[in-house]
Amino acid sequence: MQNNTIVQLDGVVKRFPVGRGQFTALKDINLKFKAGEFSGLVGPSGSGKTTLLNIIGSLDGPSEGHARVLDRAVENLSHREAAELRNYHIGFIFQTYNLLPVYTVFENVEFPLLLQKMEKSKREKAVMDALEWLGLTDKVNSRPAQLSGGECQRVAIARAMVKRPEILLADEPTANLDSANSHHILKAMVRLNRDLKTTFIFATHDAKVIKYLRRKIVLEDGSVTKDEKKEPRSKS
Amino acid sequence: MLALKLAYRNLAGAGLRTWLNVIVLSFSFVFIIWFKGFLEGWNREARRDMIQWEIGGGQFWHEAYDPYDPFTLQDAHGMIPPVFQNEIDQGRLTPMLLAQGTFYPQGRMHSVMLRGIDPDQSILDIPSRLFHEAGESIPVIIGTRMASNHSLDRGDNVTVRWRDVKGAFDAAEAVIVDIFKSNVPGVDAGQMWIPLNRLQTMTGMEGEATLLVIRQNTKIESSHPEWMLKDHRFLLAEIDQIIKTKSMGSSIFYIMLLSLALLAIFDTQVLSIFRRQREIGTDMALGMTRGQVVRLFTVEGTMHAFLAAGLAALYGIPFLYFQAKRGFPMPEGVDDYGLAIAEKIYPVYSAGLVAGTTILVLVAATVVSYLPATKIARMKPTESIKGKIQ
Repeated sequence: MQNNTIVQLDGVVKRFPVGRGQFTALKDINLKFKAGEFSGLVGPSGSGKTTLLNIIGSLDGPSEGHARVLDRAVENLSHREAAELRNYHIGFIFQTYNLLPVYTVFENVEFPLLLQKMEKSKREKAVMDALEWLGLTDKVNSRPAQLSGGECQRVAIARAMVKRPEILLADEPTANLDSANSHHILKAMVRLNRDLKTTFIFATHDAKVIKYLRRKIVLEDGSVTKDEKKEPRSKS
Repeated sequence: MLALKLAYRNLAGAGLRTWLNVIVLSFSFVFIIWFKGFLEGWNREARRDMIQWEIGGGQFWHEAYDPYDPFTLQDAHGMIPPVFQNEIDQGRLTPMLLAQGTFYPQGRMHSVMLRGIDPDQSILDIPSRLFHEAGESIPVIIGTRMASNHSLDRGDNVTVRWRDVKGAFDAAEAVIVDIFKSNVPGVDAGQMWIPLNRLQTMTGMEGEATLLVIRQNTKIESSHPEWMLKDHRFLLAEIDQIIKTKSMGSSIFYIMLLSLALLAIFDTQVLSIFRRQREIGTDMALGMTRGQVVRLFTVEGTMHAFLAAGLAALYGIPFLYFQAKRGFPMPEGVDDYGLAIAEKIYPVYSAGLVAGTTILVLVAATVVSYLPATKIARMKPTESIKGKIQ
């Protein structure tokens, strides 16, 4: 890949079996994402946003075409290689937070670093740094059930960011949040993007998120219909 | 190490759910060990009682004696060979004469085995010394089952009829001088104990015996071609067979108990597949490999068993110790089952039993945890994250 391109999709097609036939969720997707982008896949439900995000995140492979992420061909990755790619280089933020309910905030954020087998002192420092970025140092020992929706999503962001991934994929991160919490979360993401140069790719149809995007890729019925770049609206 | 750490976190975090499983499994640990120990204690007591009350350290049988053939019993006697006399005088052997008879309690007729035994013998636990307390009547000792079945009591007189060596019938009054309590039905039900010399006189078989009982832990060097040595292996074969049958029956119970315990783990693990799908999908999205997921869930299940073993030790050791010391009282009436059953069974726990049960439960817990874990590993993370049932 060239010119800081960290994700390159060439003719990506994704089909799912439906009954005896097949449903084509993505049709001939050709896209490039450069390092440090703050971009989003925008479109209505069923347009293929999450499917594309899953392919970029190596959770799924394309049925046709090529998807290269950080110089690795997703379609050729073994389960172990894909897991390693996600563990070290890709962070995920989910609409429903997907925090591990029996873990404390600290343990949730620590989890990806445990998988990396990072040594304890470094791990603890990284976790505390991440929690500090997100303003959660007073919730270290709380469990997800004791947190508000906004706090849960901030924990999820801390968990995604703690390993300093090159790419952060956020699937409808504000769908379950009120307006104030959404803005709070998005500002935190913008700050992380600016400070750590992490590439953010959203899947969203939330207007609040779209306002923050510097690149908007519109998907309709599995095809890219618009790809526009814009300067983010100044919120500071 | 990672699987251990995460499994511990998951179990600790699951709180009550974990403890419910652990408590159920710990009950199984304790009950399985207690049950096996109980059966072992029962078996040992049954063998020991049979040795002490009936068979001693082995027996010499007259060549014609066959306890399963009552028609040959009248011929199953012979002069006690002189080669055994020295052993008898030293109390290493005691002769016993058997004869069939009939007795008439409350005017009804019942068959009985008349057993002549030396009043001074100390090889068997039969309280034969009490024969000395009798007067003119034939002194008889019977067991509690015999007394209960025929409404006999100490001091009662009963008419006894027998055939002598020439086949002639004779009868006399006998007096019950003692009623003994024994766990061994073979020395009690349908048996009447009479002084040996008295029975020999009654039957005209002076100096004769049917069998010679050897003192425990005694080796008799003498032998005679008409008297067959029967060792413990032969004499205990029947009870050993009963124990074996009982063991097989108990094994089924053992497997059922174990299955119930393992079902608790299996159930938890299978439920986890469905209930924790989103969590598993998240784990995989965060970089966990399929192998790590399998290991995590397998270790979680095994850890249940380890925690259960710890908890079982906490309350099980005092409980099992108490049972071994105080015994488990058997209900009334079980001594009529035809087996040697004591009033109290003292469970016996061997190191092999405890270690074997522990290892078996741990291994089985690991297996039943591994099986659903492999199903988890086959899940597609994209579906799991959404929590979709697959």
